[in-house]
Amino acid sequence: MHAESVIAMSEAGVRDPTKEAFQELVLAELPALYSLARRLVRDGAEDLVQEALLQAFRGFATLKEDAAAGRWLKTILVNVFRDQLRKRSRTVDERPMGDLDDFSLYRTLVDEDPFPYSDTLHLDFLQGFDSEDLREVLIRLPDIYRIPLVLRYMDGFATKEIARLMDAPLGTILARLHRGRRLLEREMWTYAQEAGLLTKERAEDE
Amino acid sequence: MSDTKAIPCSEAVRQLWDYLDHAIQPEDQEKVEKHLSFCRRCCGELEFAKEMRAFLATSTAEEIPPYVKERLERFVERL
Repeated sequence: MHAESVIAMSEAGVRDPTKEAFQELVLAELPALYSLARRLVRDGAEDLVQEALLQAFRGFATLKEDAAAGRWLKTILVNVFRDQLRKRSRTVDERPMGDLDDFSLYRTLVDEDPFPYSDTLHLDFLQGFDSEDLREVLIRLPDIYRIPLVLRYMDGFATKEIARLMDAPLGTILARLHRGRRLLEREMWTYAQEAGLLTKERAEDE
Repeated sequence: MSDTKAIPCSEAVRQLWDYLDHAIQPEDQEKVEKHLSFCRRCCGELEFAKEMRAFLATSTAEEIPPYVKERLERFVERL
């Protein structure tokens, strides 16, 4: 550790708020940040990460402890993304889902039985999706459903935290998570049919 | 008054993920558990909900291409 860092740390009592400290912290977080960005936007993940890094650098003093850097950066990235969405469109895409509430991927798989010789039909179905397939399905979902789903079930944010980030009541987020899950299941089923995940051909091709 | 705790499959399925999240009221939790105690299909739905959650939570992170990583590293260095 540099002498200046030691002095800065002893003066601040916690950490060294210098540019070097910032760089060291965020470089380790780049893969996770980029991954989150790719799940949130179809195009422009890199731009989103850059904008988040810029804002993070400006607000570096607000980071209370280095160990929280990962979550802190992700929160900033989601904030940037939310602001971009607001600029793009003022209308919330809360479209009616028709018979969506009746859709059950579990039952559809039982009824359609795409892998008739399998004892683990449902797991087989899920394992047919690699990360690119899953991303494609996620990207097809409207933003207001995709964002809570990604944050809650892939990045482990609490629902209350998501409500705060999205500036929406908790009940709204819970409802969107519920619809989002149904939409995700229906879209996974549609995608699996389109992409040939329900046949063995693909596995044999690879 | 145990009858008041009976809920249909649609209602049970609707609450399964919140049930797994421990995010429902104790009263609703009881209703879901009672339903699961006799409904095999909803037990299947519950198992699948668990599998879906594990699938989402463990899905591999989106890989960062080397050239993107390099560009972002340069961006950070120039801040």
